Amino acid sequence: MSKLILTRRGLLKTGAVAGAGLAMPTVFASGAAAYTNEPKGGTVTLGFNVPQSGPYADEGADELRAYKLAVEHLNGEGDGGMLNTFSSKALKGNGILGKKVTYVTGDTQTKSDAARASAKSMIEKDGAVMITGGSSSGVAIAVQGLCQDAGVIFMAGLTHSNDTTGKDKKANGFRHFFNAYMSAAALAPVLANAYGKDRKFYMLTADYTWGWTQAASMKAFLEGAGWTMVKDVRTPLATTDFSSYIAPVMNSGADVLILNHYGGNMVNSLTNAVNFGLRDKMVNGKQFEIVVPLYSRLMAKGAGENVKGILGSTNWHWSLQDEGTKAFVKSFGTKYGFPPSQAAHTVYCQTLLYADACERAGTFNPCGVAEALEGFEFDGLGNGKTLYRADDHQCFKDVLVVRGKEKPTSEFDLLEVVEKTPVEKVRYEPDNPFFKGGSLGKCNPGA
Amino acid sequence: MQLFGLSKKDTLFLLIVIFLTLATPILLQPFAEGSGLAQFNAGYPDLMQRFAIYGIFAIGFNILFGLTGYLSFGHAAFLGVGSYSAVWMFKLLTMNIIPGIILAVIVSGLFALLIGWISLRRSGIYFSILTLAFAQMSYNLAYSVLTPLTNGETGLQIRLSDPRILDGASAAGSLPTTNLFGLAMNDSVKMEFFGRLFTFNVGYYFSAVMAIIVFYIALRIFRSPFGLMLRAVKTNQTRLNYTGVNTRPYTLAAFVISGMYAGLAGGLLAAMDPLAGAERMQWTASGEVVLMTILGGAGTMMGPVLGAGFIKYFENIFSKINDNVLHNWFGPLPDGLENFLVDLVHPFVGKGWHLTLGMLFVLVVMFLPGGLVEGGQRIAALFRRKRKPDGSGPKHQPKQAPHVAE
Repeated sequence: MSKLILTRRGLLKTGAVAGAGLAMPTVFASGAAAYTNEPKGGTVTLGFNVPQSGPYADEGADELRAYKLAVEHLNGEGDGGMLNTFSSKALKGNGILGKKVTYVTGDTQTKSDAARASAKSMIEKDGAVMITGGSSSGVAIAVQGLCQDAGVIFMAGLTHSNDTTGKDKKANGFRHFFNAYMSAAALAPVLANAYGKDRKFYMLTADYTWGWTQAASMKAFLEGAGWTMVKDVRTPLATTDFSSYIAPVMNSGADVLILNHYGGNMVNSLTNAVNFGLRDKMVNGKQFEIVVPLYSRLMAKGAGENVKGILGSTNWHWSLQDEGTKAFVKSFGTKYGFPPSQAAHTVYCQTLLYADACERAGTFNPCGVAEALEGFEFDGLGNGKTLYRADDHQCFKDVLVVRGKEKPTSEFDLLEVVEKTPVEKVRYEPDNPFFKGGSLGKCNPGA
Repeated sequence: MQLFGLSKKDTLFLLIVIFLTLATPILLQPFAEGSGLAQFNAGYPDLMQRFAIYGIFAIGFNILFGLTGYLSFGHAAFLGVGSYSAVWMFKLLTMNIIPGIILAVIVSGLFALLIGWISLRRSGIYFSILTLAFAQMSYNLAYSVLTPLTNGETGLQIRLSDPRILDGASAAGSLPTTNLFGLAMNDSVKMEFFGRLFTFNVGYYFSAVMAIIVFYIALRIFRSPFGLMLRAVKTNQTRLNYTGVNTRPYTLAAFVISGMYAGLAGGLLAAMDPLAGAERMQWTASGEVVLMTILGGAGTMMGPVLGAGFIKYFENIFSKINDNVLHNWFGPLPDGLENFLVDLVHPFVGKGWHLTLGMLFVLVVMFLPGGLVEGGQRIAALFRRKRKPDGSGPKHQPKQAPHVAE
């Protein structure tokens, strides 16, 4: 008998909720959202999900600065930055579609779980209509998947793994940053030129999606250039001391060391390698060389003296002389007192590109925005002519090969551009073996 | 009124818990949308799910720690194993969450049996270290060695190309969602009244029902002769051994049960969001559940749940208060004062939420060794003293937990 009481209570309660739920749609019918988090008031909320702790915290902090700057410019404050040089003129400095841009921030902790929790709370609690950020490919892929499920757009930040727009690509996800394949394609000819055709290389690789695809790409292109690989060793992302990984390199017979490391990892591994005297060694009658496929100014700063003369690739560098770059560096410098990193640049571009796509589509609906971004060609954002390819939502643009400067003139002037590899040289088909296996699926507007 | 073999008092207790759990979406949304305090609302699905799931995790942990006094520092391993098992079920069998959750509980139970069988040969600090070592081993295995099984740092995710042999072909090009016989976990009903937006989410209610069931089971364990035996182990294991009782089977059973609770929590986490990452097994995650239990009150029924809610609330709400929000709050004040207050509060919110939580933890441990539950009881006692001198229920207030090394 007493059992019945409980079930009846439960039944009543669920019944009430279910009944109310059934009745509700009629109440909401008029104002029902056509897609997740349709902005109803005078503002639109964007979610900036960046690492504020963990090995990529420096990059995250710089990303956040750029996001804030982008929001200012979108709302018509400040000097407008790259809005003035952007080839599309849809943005008028009055927010997006007349709505003032506001934002929420979250800490990804460079962990997939935490990043997803933070992105979820932005979508569910704060009503963010777009999520952007992620300074690790693992995080970016995890959050991209979440955004696809939730029905919001994901504008990837600093993510360089082939998988982000390869086997893990999603219809709601877009990437402006270049990828491991492009780095390798641009870097291999330069390396072969500089160090000769007959080289033996040894790789240390960060053990996650970015490292794996970076190592595979480097291997394919360098072997294509006539080099031979001695060994590829995986190192955990959380490693801080690489001595035990460097020592075996010296007796391996290799004459080039490739560090597939980023952020704090690269700073530590490069420092360890230089301290071991690798760069002063002669192996097989050749000077021993170190290569860092993915470079950034923040890393160069962290590694200090050790980066001098070391080759690598980068998405963008503040010393470029085009109008877009100059405008961006000027407004970033005025606000913060130092030049932006490539991470700051890519997220600033992503925010502008998203806003512009909304404006051109006339809606915040992810499907409309995606359509506006697909196949979109633009210029004036610092990378020259760029295409957002429809097949995989990857941007195609020139790649910069850079070298650590021998005589830096300031603490920011650490890299010099060696070559600008034109986009034709790094372009690939969507079914390239490095990228196949995934499918975009259909855009998901949620709700 | 007595239900399911519980005493009158416990029945009332259970009913209150059921009511609180079911009304959570309303209770956690006390501030109107758009008001300055809306920042502190916690009634959105993801966080509510976490409250329920980590509540389960902490209740399970409390069965081991609260009753036997064995402090396991590796419980996150079972959570992770549960998540991985569940995601594999979603990949191979079906997106229906039932098989995934069942497998999660079974696999983590077996895993707990193995680890418990070895670790329980020692007690006190040695037991803690052993469990910690096992958990870190599992973490490193998941992180790198077992990459084909766990997808390493990226985390195990479902893909379009997974077989899912029990499900029919999914809608072209979109990933299927986890569901309970067709009822999608991420479905919610939103209702707006009194200017507040209430979200009733399927996933949350599923987790909440699971939480109530396991809470009831834990309550029965606490009140059973088996529970009494576990308390005896905590009080004086040596004496128990001298009287001829072999305590190992009891502690092992408690260990396996709490491992299965953790597995259930892991499976539920995966069911709400089909992704399993290695960091779920890291020692920090194991430490978190210890904090939850101690913060709330080890050995009490409600304590761990309260503690879990507290920590998750801080992690998700306080961490999101950035300078922008602070400037909004203090905006009406004169500029100098505004900036001063922002600078003053800044280190304690946003990425500094750990600091606030840490201070709170220190305060609780120093002044309320019995956790938040003891705080509640003291307040209740203040009011009750006027009526009758001794009204605190001894059952709800066990002795203070002994130190780890004891």
